[in-house]
Parts: sequence; structure tokens; C-alpha cells
Amino acid sequence: MQKDILKIADREFTNRLFTGTGKFPDKNMIPKILRASGSQMITVALRRVDFSMPEENVLEYIDKNVILLPNTSGARNAKEAVKIARIAKEAGCGNFIKIEVIHDMKYLLPDNEETVKATEILSKEGFAVLPYVSPDLVIAKKLEDAGAAAIMPLGSPIGSNQGLKTKSMIEIIIENISLPIIVDAGIGKPSQAAEAMEMGADAVLVNSAIANANDPEIMAEAFSLAVKAGRKAYLAKMAETSKYARASSPLTGFLHE
Amino acid sequence: MNDFKQFDSFKDLLCRYEKFDFQTYIKNVTFDDIEKSLSKDRLSEFDFLNLISKKAVNFLEDMALLSRKRYLRHFGKVIQLYIPLYISNYCSSDCSYCGFSKKNKIIRKHLTKDEIEKEAKEIAKTGIKHILVLTGEAKKIADLNYIKMAVTVLKKYFSSIAIEIYPLDTDEYKELKKAGVDSLTVYQEVYDKTIYKEVHTSGEKRDYFYRLDTPERGAKAGFRAINIGVLFGLGDIQKEAFFSAIHAKYLMDKYLECEISLSLPRINHAEGNYEPKYILNDKTFLQIMLAYRLYMPMIGINISTRERAEFRDNLIGLGVTKLSAGSKTDVGGYEGKDTSTPQFDINDKRSVQEIVKVIKQKGYQPIFKDWEMI
Repeated sequence: MQKDILKIADREFTNRLFTGTGKFPDKNMIPKILRASGSQMITVALRRVDFSMPEENVLEYIDKNVILLPNTSGARNAKEAVKIARIAKEAGCGNFIKIEVIHDMKYLLPDNEETVKATEILSKEGFAVLPYVSPDLVIAKKLEDAGAAAIMPLGSPIGSNQGLKTKSMIEIIIENISLPIIVDAGIGKPSQAAEAMEMGADAVLVNSAIANANDPEIMAEAFSLAVKAGRKAYLAKMAETSKYARASSPLTGFLHE
Repeated sequence: MNDFKQFDSFKDLLCRYEKFDFQTYIKNVTFDDIEKSLSKDRLSEFDFLNLISKKAVNFLEDMALLSRKRYLRHFGKVIQLYIPLYISNYCSSDCSYCGFSKKNKIIRKHLTKDEIEKEAKEIAKTGIKHILVLTGEAKKIADLNYIKMAVTVLKKYFSSIAIEIYPLDTDEYKELKKAGVDSLTVYQEVYDKTIYKEVHTSGEKRDYFYRLDTPERGAKAGFRAINIGVLFGLGDIQKEAFFSAIHAKYLMDKYLECEISLSLPRINHAEGNYEPKYILNDKTFLQIMLAYRLYMPMIGINISTRERAEFRDNLIGLGVTKLSAGSKTDVGGYEGKDTSTPQFDINDKRSVQEIVKVIKQKGYQPIFKDWEMI
């Protein structure tokens, strides 16, 4: 079997579980999570990075082989997101950027419109832009046109652990967009990560559900296995599950008599 | 349709409940009511009242478990740290409970630019990047230009600057935002209008409604975070808790882009020796704090060093988002030379390092920096 590789911008990934650095009780947990999950990309909120204090600088806890995905958390509009992205690049965080534009502090839902604007600007500047959005096909198409490297639709509100509440909308995006689709936010259990992969998502990003587990390390491994299982199931082209029941005495059976 | 959003100002919402008979309502709350409130995902303001009723004390453990769950889901195992800096204690108001009151013959101090820089350097050594600048209610002495000067100095050392000063107009807040302030703290102190007039005997602070609208003016000016609260001890505990909760909810519903948080200060010994009429005990304090969290899962909850060290430690994991640490409430207190009279006595006198150690022992990550002005 051919090696199953996910390509985003100029980088290749063999592991399709991406992780995050937030919410952990201890930053020393981060390298352990990376090891246990095998994750090759990790997102970091730039606003939390304290470059002045090595012990507090989260970047110090991330293996150099892991790709950094700085995010623009805290940005309330495209302008701020662009500014944060440039700061990240200057600070040596590479050219991947996750655009997060949020000005709803109640549910933390992304502003799709501003996200498109930021994507347009940053793609032109050579960033590999991964926009975080509410799943919407029209927006996904605009992001594709704007030069996004991948699209990150939310499964359900961030931190809610509700799983794939937006499944039908994400399915439509997967069917119609040629970019990698990474389901981000809302995935609370490994089974939900597997579900996302089974339906054809290219990868998932999980943070809260790992960080908040009693044993984050084991949970990271569990997610990794679930993502692999879901991906294999997708590649194996699962047998179609019938959406309706077959009556044992067919209602139209008289036609053959 | 969102009910609170239809009001033009919080004053109108407040009026709706002014004639409400809190005592009778709370007396009639049943165990069944409380259980129903606890089983809901979205709580109404009446659910909040049910949870702060006397009967709900029997459900404190259930409330704590639920509150922890909501907290972890939204914030994770982290506690944000901040540190207050008093730059001036001159005051033109007379508030009977406050050590800075103009009537009190205390040592007054107004830091110069150099002195602010010295304090900033001292505080910066702790590693905390979030600072809260405080003054007395003296707009003429610690005027807008003075605050801006302080902010310009502090920007060099801190990534987030909050203010807790006298109330201002929206345009003045906009000026401060431009200068580098990102967050605003302002307490109504007491929502009961009669008591408000009783304890604020003279000065600008006597204007109840101007103060009441202050958080909203701050939100309109574009501050990213607004912190409000009641000074417990001045008015009826449950009634005050209720009004602070609906005030926070009103702001949250109306200004989605703003992070809203609540503090629960309770009166401590201060110069002037004010004796609180309503004592908020630890149990009810916790009950209110948990009810805030359950009513508004995304709310920030700040606990200052007014509280005892042991009590603060026990609150970690139950819904607190922010702790102040290593605080001094006297002007010039960090450098330690020629200090002034403190605003109130602090109970948790531990250093930042000591508090950080406890947070870590509790299995939480202390956050030194969570914001950067760009």
C-alpha cells in the first residue's frame, strides 16, 4: 500500500492528529503529549508566548521536529490577525499560521468574513494559512480562492466536547473543496475523532479533550489510535450503511410475480 | 430572542427588578426548584436566585462539581495571575467603608513618573505580565494625562494593562485605550440605591447612575475585558449578588466581543473602621461564586488577596479564573520606601513565588501572560 501522506503547503505529515498547548496543568506535559500522540504539528497561542522568560516560554517545550502552528487567538479582526501572524514569523515561529478571529467571547465562534480577509493578505505574503471557521461551503470556497493552505472547520463550539454537531456542513466542504480539511474544535472523545476521519476529514486538531483528561498522556495516545483507525476505515472505503430498512417481504415484490 | 438585549441600558433592566420581592421569592424556593436549576444547561436569572437561596446550601457539593466541570471545559487547568499597582491614593469622595476616603487623615501619596517606573521594575521581577493600575476617586489630581503617563511607563514592562480608577466618559476611555489600556475594572460597590447614597456621602462617586453605566461605557470604548462587582457587606447579600449577576449577564449578552468578569470583594478592615452590616461568610461566598459560574459558564471570576491564603487555595479548581498575587495596597508599596496608608488590609500576604507553587501543587498551570497589546 502506498504511504498515506498528508500534504499541507510544502510540509508532509504521516500523522493526522494535530494538538495544542493550551489548558494543560503543567507545560512539562507538552513534550509527553507530543510523544504519546506522535503529533507532527502543534498550535500555540502567540499571545501567551512569553519570549522574555525561558521557563514560561511554551516554545521551549516543543521538539524542534514538530511544526509550529502559531494561532492568532485574541485577534478581533483581520487587521489584528495579520499583525499577530507577522509577529509570529518575525519571532521565528515559521510560516504556518492558524487564523483565529473571534470577537464573540460568549461562545468563541469565529468571524468567517474577517478570516477570509486575513487569509487573502497573509497568503500573498507567503504564509501557509490555516483558517479556523464555522463550516460554510461558500466561505470555504472563498478561502480556497484566497490561497488558504487548508481549512479548519469547527466540529462544535470550542471546548464544548460535543463532537461533530456540524457534520453535514463539514461533509459538504470535504466533498467540494480540494484543500485539506482539518476538523478543529469540539471533538471530545476519540470515537468522535474517528468519526471525523471516517467521513473523509484529512486531519483533526484536539486540545481540550486531551488536556482535560485525568491522564492526558494516555488520552493523547487514544486519540492518535482513533485518528489512525478512522483514516484506515476511510481509505478502505467502508461498506455503505444502508440509510433505510429492507423489508423482508418487499412491498414491490408483486412486480416480479 | 435574547431578553436582556432589548434594554437600552442596565438601568432599565435594574428597574424591572426594583420592586421584586427577593425575600419572599428566596424563602419559597424548593429543593425541587434547585434540582431543576442544576439540571439545566442554560440557566435563567431565576435559576441563579434558586442557587443562592439558603436552601441551596444543601447542594453546595453538587454545585462545586458542576462548576469545576464547566470551568475545566472552558478554561482548562490554568489560573491567570495579575498584580495591582496603586499609583495615587488622593480621593475627593467620601465612602464610609474605604481607607482612601477624603475624610481619613492618612498618608497620601501620588507617584511620580520615576517612582512608577521603580515600582514597575520591582513588580516585573515576579514575571507577571498583567498589571492593574489603581487610583483613588480624584479625577482632578490623578487626571487623565497622569494616567496616560503611567500607562506609557508600564507598557515597557507589562503586556496587559487594566485600570481601576474613577469612572470616565466613553471618549476618555477611548483615549486610554489608545494609550495602551486594554481592560477596565469598576465596582458598583452596592446596587441598592438607598444604601449607595448612605455610604457615598459626598464627592463624584455619589452619582449612582453614572457609575452604573460605567462598565457599558468601557465596553463601548472597546476595552477587551470588563470586570465588575459588588463590595459585599454593604447591602443585602442575595439581592446584591443577583444584581451583579444580571449586570454581568447583560454586558455579556450585549457586548459579545468583551470578556466580562466578576470579583467578589468583601469588606476588610480599612482606615475609618467601617463595620459591615451584612456579613458574607465563606460558605455563602463560595455558593455565590459557584452560582455565578453556573449561570454564566464563560464568566471570568477574580479573587484578590483580600481573601485568606488558605481560602483562596481551596477555591482553585472551583471556577476561579484569576488570582492576584504578591499585592500591596499602599502607594509605593513594592519598592518599600516611604510607603503610604493602605486602602485595606490584605489577608494573603504570600509572595508571587509562593502562590505559584501552590497553584502548581494543585495541578494547575499559573499563567503569567495571556495577552499582548499589538
